[in-house]
Amino acid sequence: MAKKKFIVGNFTDEAVLFPAVKKVRRAGYKLHDVFTPFPIHGLDKEMGLRDTSLHTAGFIFGITGTTTAVSFITWALTIDWAINFGGKPYFALPAWIPVTFELTVLFAAVGMVLTFCWLCQLAPFVKKDHFNPRSTDDTFVMALECTSATNDTEAKQFLQTIGATDVTIETRETGWWLGSYATDKMRFEKN
Amino acid sequence: MAIRSTFTVPKRFQTISMALMAFGLLSIIGLWVTSGSSSDPAEQARFWASLLQNSVFFLLVVNASMFFICITTLAWGGWQMAFRRVPEAISAVVPVIGVICGAILLAIVFGDNHTIYHWTDAEHVTHDPILSHKKGFLNKPFFAIATIVTIAGWSLLGWKMRQLSRKLDNEPLATLEERKKYIFSNTVWAALFIVLFSLTVMSSIPWLWLMSIDAHWYSTMYSWYTFASTFVSGMALIALFVIFLKNNDYLEYVNNEHLHDLGKFMFAFSVFWTYLWFSQFMLIWYANIPEETVYFQPRAHGIYKGIFWLMFIINFIAPLLILMTRNAKRNYGTVALMAVLIIFGHWLDFYQMVFPAVSPNKVPNILYDLGIALGFVGLIMYVTAKALAKAPLLARNHPFVKESLIHHT
Repeated sequence: MAKKKFIVGNFTDEAVLFPAVKKVRRAGYKLHDVFTPFPIHGLDKEMGLRDTSLHTAGFIFGITGTTTAVSFITWALTIDWAINFGGKPYFALPAWIPVTFELTVLFAAVGMVLTFCWLCQLAPFVKKDHFNPRSTDDTFVMALECTSATNDTEAKQFLQTIGATDVTIETRETGWWLGSYATDKMRFEKN
Repeated sequence: MAIRSTFTVPKRFQTISMALMAFGLLSIIGLWVTSGSSSDPAEQARFWASLLQNSVFFLLVVNASMFFICITTLAWGGWQMAFRRVPEAISAVVPVIGVICGAILLAIVFGDNHTIYHWTDAEHVTHDPILSHKKGFLNKPFFAIATIVTIAGWSLLGWKMRQLSRKLDNEPLATLEERKKYIFSNTVWAALFIVLFSLTVMSSIPWLWLMSIDAHWYSTMYSWYTFASTFVSGMALIALFVIFLKNNDYLEYVNNEHLHDLGKFMFAFSVFWTYLWFSQFMLIWYANIPEETVYFQPRAHGIYKGIFWLMFIINFIAPLLILMTRNAKRNYGTVALMAVLIIFGHWLDFYQMVFPAVSPNKVPNILYDLGIALGFVGLIMYVTAKALAKAPLLARNHPFVKESLIHHT
């Protein structure tokens, strides 16, 4: 597999991290990701991440659940095995709503968990590479990806000037455990 | 532009609210001439039922504002502080509509016409085993006392909560200890209000005021369902006032994030209302016992079918589909439109709660009722604006205010 080079820096303060993210993006470096021990409101916007598509997936899964429930019960209770329950019509929609609701929720919930794992590339027994174990404890870890346009030492110095400590250059094998946020690769290459 | 921290009522706003009130009064007079003054008891009942439906609906809607303040206070919520003066001002309408509503209810109960509350007919009750069984609850003195105590309690506790909030405007809290004490006293008063609220709106009051119109029928879900109806309308009303103030360059700290949360409340409680509405409907539909289905027969299958299903579309399907996305809840236009629609939808809901029992043979001309509703809207606009102008729009010295200014969803 191909190797990629990353410049990794630590931040200990949100108030330093936010302007740093802005400066990195303005300077034209390719921001691979920022790893934080807890969710930080507004960081996604600052990093320029697009809105998640998880809710669209959830809607589609939910609709699928509704359709499955209604069509299966309709088939079972009106065509395949029609039974008269207390003189009610065979197509007794109000009685089916609870089941339909539950199936909608079940499909949406399970589907969204799986979609979430797929979007974040999580799976059992796979260790995600987040460069620095302290990002699960007390520091915010920022990783820049080196492209053909990046001057490594310059970038390293740049990270230090905007407030990062312990800046290192690391090499990783590419692969889905690294995450693939880079849909706009071309922008950061030398032309 | 300079920050405008106190609200001055615009001339046009005042004129419109006065015009609406005048229109409402005209509608009441018109309805009195056509129905109320008639010698036919059914026609008289149609007049009083219209007043009953409108005053009870709008009283419960404005009271929902104080409920919103109290639950957020109890939960130690901070996000609503940027616009908290708006629900406070809306809740100042409670005493005004409370007096009107109380007068109407007592007039109906102690009047000679027993068409609306036929349990008030003592002669009839003696022959009616179901009603004589319910005499311990459905009797005139209890109704009167419960009504007066309830409305007075809402008004007094609401007044206390508003006082607590306004007290801080002139005397900021210096130390941490004082702030803790302030939050504690707020919590105690809010808890008292919630207790009263759950004993009234969430249980006894809708049974007395609305469910006893169909005195033979009962549903234990009825009060929750009424509460959900008025709470979602109350949130829509708060959202409307917030958007109005925002459009007029007030509330500079309120942004999309706060609007998003108001939209979430409108969306979530529309779904909650549907859950209760459907649970009540489905259990009765499934059991199919005549004493219970008698309630839904005129509504879902009889002449009130149109209103019944229209209300279901407005109150459930429209909010579900339109308010579902994040962008819709952060858009001032969409939220304002949906707020108007939701208030109208739940007004229709109250309409089909009251009228099928009062006028079982023909649907009354709804235009009169809409006219009276506009009168109440004018009254709410007028009193709320007056109350808003009395205090600064931001409770600047409240300990939680910073939480609201940096609020982020």
